[in-house]
Amino acid sequence: MNFCMTRCTSVIAAAMACLAIATPAIAQEKLKLINVVELSGAGATAGTNWKNGIDLAVADINAKGGILGRQIEIIHYDTQTNPGNTRAAVQRAIDEGTYAVLGPVFSGPIGASMQIAQRAEIAQLVGGEAAGLTRQGNPYLFRTSLSQAAAMPKIAAYLQKEVKAKNIAVVWVNNDFGKGGRDAILPELAKLGITVGADVSTEQGQADFAADAIKVKNANVDAVFVYLNEEESARFLSAAKQQGVGKPMIGETTLLGSKVISLAGDAANGVRGHVGLSIDAPIPAFQEFGRKFQANYNYASDHNGLKGYMAVSMIKWGTEKQKSFDKKGLADTLRGATIRPSDEPGIMITTKIEQNGDLDRESFLAEVIDGKQIIKGTLPMLNP
Amino acid sequence: MAEFIAYLIAGLATGAIYALAAIGFTLVWQTSQTINFAQGEFVMLPAIFVLIAVKLLGLPIWAGALIGIAAFILLFGWGFKLLLVDPMIRHGVLPLAIATMSLSIIMKEGAKDGYSAEAQKFPSLIPAETLSFMGVSISLQHIAIIGVACIAIGGLQWFVTQTKIGRQMQASAQNPGVALILGIPVAQMVLLTFLINAALAALASILISPIYLAKFSNGEVIGLFAFIAAIVGGFNQVRGALAGGLIVGVIDSLAAAYISTSYRLAVPLVLLVVIILVKPEGLFGRPEERRI
Repeated sequence: MNFCMTRCTSVIAAAMACLAIATPAIAQEKLKLINVVELSGAGATAGTNWKNGIDLAVADINAKGGILGRQIEIIHYDTQTNPGNTRAAVQRAIDEGTYAVLGPVFSGPIGASMQIAQRAEIAQLVGGEAAGLTRQGNPYLFRTSLSQAAAMPKIAAYLQKEVKAKNIAVVWVNNDFGKGGRDAILPELAKLGITVGADVSTEQGQADFAADAIKVKNANVDAVFVYLNEEESARFLSAAKQQGVGKPMIGETTLLGSKVISLAGDAANGVRGHVGLSIDAPIPAFQEFGRKFQANYNYASDHNGLKGYMAVSMIKWGTEKQKSFDKKGLADTLRGATIRPSDEPGIMITTKIEQNGDLDRESFLAEVIDGKQIIKGTLPMLNP
Repeated sequence: MAEFIAYLIAGLATGAIYALAAIGFTLVWQTSQTINFAQGEFVMLPAIFVLIAVKLLGLPIWAGALIGIAAFILLFGWGFKLLLVDPMIRHGVLPLAIATMSLSIIMKEGAKDGYSAEAQKFPSLIPAETLSFMGVSISLQHIAIIGVACIAIGGLQWFVTQTKIGRQMQASAQNPGVALILGIPVAQMVLLTFLINAALAALASILISPIYLAKFSNGEVIGLFAFIAAIVGGFNQVRGALAGGLIVGVIDSLAAAYISTSYRLAVPLVLLVVIILVKPEGLFGRPEERRI
């Protein structure tokens, strides 16, 4: 009896010891990804969508067995939309052994932090669109959306051919995103002979747009190109409606995003423009993502949700392509690659990654009708 | 000219909100001789309370507004006095001022973590229509903000100067010791002042949130401008807060239009410095002497 009890105790002790040893081993098997993103401050809307898209991708990938058999462990750090905090968070992510850095979304914090991931030779997948980001020769930076350099020629052509505008107002936000967009569109407008009747600079986080709307109204232009972040876009559209601006409002992706539509309400109706990514695009995978996002988070994803999902899918594709978890190798694999949905369903649309980290893929023309973004046409890749 | 009038009306509407918030500074100053650094958050939070009532309880906006405002007045009128002002004022005005700074952070972070870090659409009680008058497009919401704020502030001024309770409030603020000897329930008068402050802040919140959107960080800008408005108009006068709010709002609007949006914040600050140097008691304030 005593022997039996001793033996049983020994077996249990041995099993517990094995479990204790095995637990860290299992934990080590997880692939750590750290997302450094704007969860509060001016970039909270964009950052929250990006984060939720990432969480969805991680859940989907883990449910299907992970990446090369390893489950993903995702950690999110809030930068508060502060460049200093972003630098610290990227450094912390690298120190904590992230396989790749995800985020941030706002171009200013990206510009302030991208050198840290570059020095560590770790791929950084970001949501920023400022043209200047990929002109700095950083081989570890990868976009998840079209850059302004790719989008603005399309917008300028749209203003000329579809809107038939000859004189427009440009309303932009005075941060890296807005300045980059303004600097990218002005030469394109000049090439097409479109003049800028009002060049209106606004501030990030600005609450009151009444004066800006009055300024635009009195500029007597044919159309207004609005290039602001999400919340500011909604506030400007509301102010423009209140002041009776009454001109076509043209934008690029953000202005037609679901968050802007929901915040601006009726004031968003009639807004037109170019969108890089949209859950309403005539691509079944986008629409399926939109439904899944809605079911999980109870609101419609904007383009940042799609970008977050695609960022993790790019990492999955690159890792499986190189068949290892080499951090530097991931960046090397992604650079110059073309990812097709047949190879990696999470990418949803054929995506070509340029050598400088820019993307090329199809994009869309859209209009907001009755509070919903309606896709009016598809534009081809620039360099298929 | 039409353009100038449009800027003027937009500035008056914004200024009316600053005035409602600035009155809170004057009321707390008169009763506690301190500055409530959470005043901006007092304007931010009621909108969040209303959204919680509407979304969580499924109430229509008017019912949500009533419940949200009532809850806010209870918590941040009565509760503010009972839990923060009363215990801290015994230790002097400086600890109380610092406590209001802490309260400001707690309110802001609480709204962010407890509700949302993102801006939220806030339903408007006034239709977003535009009136056209002599070539000037005037927003109905702006007219309503100016009208409601003027009625509220005028009503407060009448209440304070023309009613018995109002005069008791004034007496309590001017000399609590003598007021107590005269049989005025000073504690109740002080409580009433805090309730009025919370109600005015809630009113400002309901009026401005459809335009600014409801967001945890809204109090930063509103609090700063209301503080400037209170100093410009006179920290110890309700009419000073009204004038200061309107002046700062109009200057802000005109600065954005004719100088630069980037420098719009700097212009009211320049005005603040000029007032402090030239007329430190404010445009409509009365000089106060303090023994230190």
